Amino acid sequence: MRLQYPSNIKIVSVPCTGKIDLIYLLKSFEKGADGVYVLGCIEGECRFGTGNLRARKRVTQAQKILDSIGIGGDRVQMYNLSSSEGPRFAEFAAEMTNKIRELGPNPIKRFREKLAA
Amino acid sequence: MIIAEKKPIEEVIEMVKDFRKILIVGCNECVTVCEAGGKREVAVLASSLRMYFMNQGKDTQIDEVTLERQCDREYLEEIRNRIEQYDVVISLACGVGVQFLAETYSRFPVYPGVNTCFMGVTEERGVWSERCQGCGQCILGSTGGICPISRCAKRLLNGPCGGSTKGKCEISKDLDCAWQLIIDRLKELDRLDEYEQIAPIKDWSTERAGGPRRVVREDVRQ
Repeated sequence: MRLQYPSNIKIVSVPCTGKIDLIYLLKSFEKGADGVYVLGCIEGECRFGTGNLRARKRVTQAQKILDSIGIGGDRVQMYNLSSSEGPRFAEFAAEMTNKIRELGPNPIKRFREKLAA
Repeated sequence: MIIAEKKPIEEVIEMVKDFRKILIVGCNECVTVCEAGGKREVAVLASSLRMYFMNQGKDTQIDEVTLERQCDREYLEEIRNRIEQYDVVISLACGVGVQFLAETYSRFPVYPGVNTCFMGVTEERGVWSERCQGCGQCILGSTGGICPISRCAKRLLNGPCGGSTKGKCEISKDLDCAWQLIIDRLKELDRLDEYEQIAPIKDWSTERAGGPRRVVREDVRQ
């Protein structure tokens, strides 16, 4: 298909989104990620039953925490698609990138830059 | 086991916002099983606090450790050498652990990271319910293994009361009437005649009503 999607995205592959623990999401932000989105299989079609449903709950937990600490819960999102949906993959990548651009950089980066200076 | 719930992060922040060196201490026992204060919850709280402080422009050191238990001195001793370097400790153990930690290291402010709820069971992941109130005089032998002290809203010894409807308690349609459960169980065990026996007045002095309690066993004491 040779589809284009934003090059700023770093893909971390996991065997199933059910593997994604809350701490993985939080650590990404702690290390300076501006946004994180989880791409899981279509709900109801998880090979392992409920992996993607668990991931969605963890994304919700991360959103609540990020809102509470002032980083912004919108920076983490969950999307669902099937493995054959290349165009949707590119669409979600663009959507998330635009959303994060609107939100601006991860606010803790300012602190890290100040420390480094 | 002892069931606890994580405190809202805002509450924890409010307690420790003025400190610069924070140690978060988890517990590997009950609070790990009920997903409130184990190693994973310690990591989540530590990461959240680090980000909060960084966002506030504050350079705060936040470290993590999870002890086997916080209700035994031998495990609390494991942090004796490192605790000196912190301003404050957040304990994610139950109220017992928080107190024993504070008692052991009385020079350090210790704050709780969880709300301790009750002694209960895991009905399913994410659902815990109360089973024991530690009344100090167990009557489960005569109630078919179902405790009316912890599971009946009125703690009746000769129930049910008039509020029992279709097997449910009047305080909530989601709550089983403990005495209905007892009768059903005794029936199943073919011991319904025991239900007819009137339970004598309970000695509540062994419960909290008698003040803080203590068990001393000279046969094992050192």
